[in-house]
Amino acid sequence: MGLKLDGISKSFILEDGTEVRALDRITLEVSDSEFVSVLGPSGCGKTTLLRIVAGLERATVGTIVLDGETIEGPSPRMAMIFQEYSLYPWRSVLANIEFGLEIKGLAGEERRDRALSYLDLVGLREFAGRYPYELSGGMRQRVAVARALAIEPAILLMDEPFGALDAQTRNMLQKELLEIWEKTKKTVLFVTHSVDEAVFLSDRIVVLSPRPGRIQEVVPIDLPRPRERTSVEFARIRRYVLDHMENMAVSSKV
Amino acid sequence: MRYHRVLLPLLLVAAWELAAYFIANPFILPSLTTVVPILANPMSMTYTLGTGSLLENAFASIQRVGLGFLLAASIAIPLGILMGRSVALTDLLDSPIELLRPIPPLAWVPLALAWFKIGLTSIVFIIFIGAFFPILLNTVDGVRAVKKTWVEVATTLGASERQILTKVVLPGAAPTVWTGLRVGFGIAWMCVVAAEWLPGISQGLGYLILYAYNFGQTNLIIAGMVVIGLIGLAIDLVFKRVERRWFSWRELER
Repeated sequence: MGLKLDGISKSFILEDGTEVRALDRITLEVSDSEFVSVLGPSGCGKTTLLRIVAGLERATVGTIVLDGETIEGPSPRMAMIFQEYSLYPWRSVLANIEFGLEIKGLAGEERRDRALSYLDLVGLREFAGRYPYELSGGMRQRVAVARALAIEPAILLMDEPFGALDAQTRNMLQKELLEIWEKTKKTVLFVTHSVDEAVFLSDRIVVLSPRPGRIQEVVPIDLPRPRERTSVEFARIRRYVLDHMENMAVSSKV
Repeated sequence: MRYHRVLLPLLLVAAWELAAYFIANPFILPSLTTVVPILANPMSMTYTLGTGSLLENAFASIQRVGLGFLLAASIAIPLGILMGRSVALTDLLDSPIELLRPIPPLAWVPLALAWFKIGLTSIVFIIFIGAFFPILLNTVDGVRAVKKTWVEVATTLGASERQILTKVVLPGAAPTVWTGLRVGFGIAWMCVVAAEWLPGISQGLGYLILYAYNFGQTNLIIAGMVVIGLIGLAIDLVFKRVERRWFSWRELER
């Protein structure tokens, strides 16, 4: 069971007719409740890969299988969290979290209560009636996380969700995300270009090569959580992953 | 209340009265004492040369504007949404629209008379032309400015095309559409005055001031102009109020 990406390739046709290959035969299995990061330099197609899983784009070749079922488009069992601010500015914080439930047809008290409980989970209950423009960047992403969790998906797809935040807020949100992950036992597929972030969060890191994105290396991380960024072990793994990425960068230039 | 805000209007009134006294020709510049009674008795029949009361004339104009404006909005908004969503439709309609848009609404008068003869239809048509383009173009802009991420969030949460339209595109475009309605109404209000100078019209503020000119009643002309200005101002204020109350997120967000 779990999520299975089977031979995913993606090509774009440019306006002059040339074909650009963005992803090359990505095969990956993510088991239930696993936290997997997809790490790679910008332009390696990691976001495209996530968008294909989310059903926002189609793979040129390959299939996505969730719990034995082939996925052909957006699935209610997955929820995506975007890098840029994706909250609806005309909706209050609570109404933003209710959005997915509204789409599902949930109404009244039940919808409100569920939204409130997820607002509690991200620690923003007293902001229920506020509007996104009144919130800081970190708070907005917390609301986005709550909105995704509210539809109770099995899998969270996260596309560099903390990329636009300052380092301090970023570290804090990483910690909170792990707490939420431990509480809710979701499967997480997390895209990032930060080695530090990937090592801090993941059970496994999938390292992609630059265009076309291929799986270069899968690095399991056995360190117990919460992980200490300054520990020797942490540094060793980070060094290992970094070396891999630098080697790729060099070899792709030759 | 700051005193200097009323200072200039008071000085202007004094200057007016002084000028009227020295010119001593009510056809060129009537004393305000002959204008104020007309405005103070908007229901009275005594000042309006048998055209009905000031209020009735204002009502006739508002009715015509309302009709033309609603007609323009009910066509321009759906069309603008379609154009904002479809590149093909925009390509198809763009050049005819760019060609028709710079033609002043009043340049349509002879054609309107040829098509619809003298009467309400012609006036409503002129107002329609005046209001149509600002509403259409703003709607297209508003729909285009709806962030891709907003739509994608809804898609990943399983929203149907219809839900995306009603829950994301329409609320996201609403502030800009509203601006279009406000501008469109302003132009429609300007058009009605001139459109009421068409032959065969026997009521309306535009008609009233031209009719007053034929009788040399400059005080009535000025009273009519004041009413035209006040109604335009009042409606613009209502538009702005609604904008501040419901659509302020557009400014605050950026």
